[in-house]
Amino acid sequence: MKLRMLTLATTAALAAAAGGTARAADEVVIGDIDDMSGVYADVMGAAGVEVVKWAVADFGGSVLGRKITVLSADHQNKPDIGAAKFREWADQNGLNMLLGGSNTGVNIAMAKVAAVKHVPTFHIGPGGASLSNEDCTAYTVHYTYDTVALANGTATAIVNAGGKTWFYLTADYAFGTQLQAAASKVVEAHGGKNLGAVRVPLGAADFSSFLLQAQASGAQVLGLSNAGTDFSNSLKAANEFGITKTMKPAALLAFITDIHSLGLPAAQGLYLTTAWYWDLNPETRAFGKRFYARFNREPTMDQAGAYSATLTYLKAVKAAGSTDPDKVMAQLKKAKIDDMFTSGGSIRADGAMIHDMYVMQVKTPQESKYPWDYYKVVKKMAGAEAFGPITGLCPLAPAPK
Amino acid sequence: MRLTAVAYGLLALFALGVPLLGIYPVFMMQLLCLAMFACAYNLLLGFGRMLSFGHAAFFGAAAYATGWLVTAHAWGPGAAIVAGVVVAGLLGLAVGALAIRRQGIYFAMITLALAQLVYFVCLEAPFTGGENGLQGVPRGKLLGFLPLKSDVVLYYVVLAAFVAVFLFIRRVVHSPFGQVLKAIRDNEPRAISLGYEINRYKLLAFVLSATLAGFAGSLKALVFGFVTLSDVQQSTSGEVILMTLLGGTGTFFGPVVGAAVVATLQQYLSDLVGGWVIAIIGVVFVACVLSFRRGIVGELAAARWLRRAPPPR
Repeated sequence: MKLRMLTLATTAALAAAAGGTARAADEVVIGDIDDMSGVYADVMGAAGVEVVKWAVADFGGSVLGRKITVLSADHQNKPDIGAAKFREWADQNGLNMLLGGSNTGVNIAMAKVAAVKHVPTFHIGPGGASLSNEDCTAYTVHYTYDTVALANGTATAIVNAGGKTWFYLTADYAFGTQLQAAASKVVEAHGGKNLGAVRVPLGAADFSSFLLQAQASGAQVLGLSNAGTDFSNSLKAANEFGITKTMKPAALLAFITDIHSLGLPAAQGLYLTTAWYWDLNPETRAFGKRFYARFNREPTMDQAGAYSATLTYLKAVKAAGSTDPDKVMAQLKKAKIDDMFTSGGSIRADGAMIHDMYVMQVKTPQESKYPWDYYKVVKKMAGAEAFGPITGLCPLAPAPK
Repeated sequence: MRLTAVAYGLLALFALGVPLLGIYPVFMMQLLCLAMFACAYNLLLGFGRMLSFGHAAFFGAAAYATGWLVTAHAWGPGAAIVAGVVVAGLLGLAVGALAIRRQGIYFAMITLALAQLVYFVCLEAPFTGGENGLQGVPRGKLLGFLPLKSDVVLYYVVLAAFVAVFLFIRRVVHSPFGQVLKAIRDNEPRAISLGYEINRYKLLAFVLSATLAGFAGSLKALVFGFVTLSDVQQSTSGEVILMTLLGGTGTFFGPVVGAAVVATLQQYLSDLVGGWVIAIIGVVFVACVLSFRRGIVGELAAARWLRRAPPPR
């Protein structure tokens, strides 16, 4: 009897709660959860929120006659904060679409929420290829780049240029180990050899003992399997130790902001892979100019990706004539993506956005003619080459036979 | 006394009516889990005067145990919570047995060192998911029939659990065991001279506190559906100390108030100022230590004591 009463009371409460949250139907709500204050804040961060707002404004501020609002939050690189915020927006604010900023761990947590709450989610900043493999969902898109594409670009270019033996300096967490694994595979596939690796705690201050191990290995290439400040600090230290004279450093993930803070004398000659560079064509230069006018620096590939992903989503909503998540996802997976970020991009069944990637080499100070003139294109990789075939690890996309 | 009863009554009404008031139930559940964690910690610090710097180890270990059993072995939530609590209790026994041999700062350092050990196990062990943590922990059905997927149902379950723990701690403190514990806190040599085996009392208090902290961790794992390294991190141990001190150590309701203040600040300020939340909470803590050392509830209680009768000491 009591149980029935309890059930009744709960049902009543549930109905009340449902009534309380059924609002915001006259708006389309876009959320952006990113590291706004930590090590990745310059990669996307607050400027990323701004470009999302630009995309909304460029689209006209409304879609299907509904006003578009943008929410943003700082996940502080903690998966629990990111997932909790996402869940709250989905429950309370009628969130229609989410942009996930940097940090693979936080994005995996948010992907799980996307699967439960059915909110289309674009992973902009994280690299971990697992987001379109074992952690894929029907509502997630891995938009800008992943560890497989980075390794395919940079490692292939270096092995082909004669860097056959590799030693890795790996950030001791999921992203670092995934990146090292991807690069090792590429090196071996091209006839190179992996001589070893040393795992470095995240945010280490002193790289000397790790770098000496790398030097003692006698490898030709020092694979820097890390990101952000870890990347720039380890490269600086390698320069100071003179290791870069005997070993060729390879940046497995570097953003243009990292190169800027390192300076060309320290970074010159470095190979890296990027999805986007401001100085590629008139459209990218126009976006770069607009960004520079506002933030006094050039945008990273993540910021360009955030702009593009917002437009892509809004176009899909318009084409589908609805914000229904299933209809929008179906439309997204049909559409071709053509804008200043990429041309001929498409979203695969496993959620990976397949688009061209660029292998770049950092210019020498003599080659650099104007501010932020940092890269020369070594090779443009077609999407299929960069991202590789479907692995079959994602249940939504069986591997081709 | 009557005032307290009225206050508790109002609070109970509020807690029951949360889903109707349109307050976000997941936030309330987070608050209750933190409050339970702080109450458990208060049992150790407030009534046993043992300052542990490593309580996140118990909170997080239980969360990982529950999350792993539910995800990898498809256990029901009830059984997984019990298992998580048992893990925390056993860990508490091991850590406590070592730590209670020393006092003061040495006690704190031992708990800190052992908690860091647990942290690195959670970072490196194959089943914890390393930096990514355990994600997508399903809530399942409690005892096979009560679906926890609904936030409101789970809220009432967590509320019931919290009330049970709160009353249990009151009962423990008012029991002969609790009185001896307080005696040890206030004058250890005298308690020894009276013939009490003080180490047994301390160990039991430590294990009880660890167990209840584990209960809070297990619930949190189900509420959010994930367990991450931040649950076992040193900063979580620091947070629980902060919540307890801010609310008032050695008061029953203090930790609850402290948890509410810290959780609310984190929730609402993080949107406005991002990472500065930590600095702001630090400033609040400094203000607390400088101007109201007994904590919020402690100061209120002291003020009432002053009006009625001379304070106990």
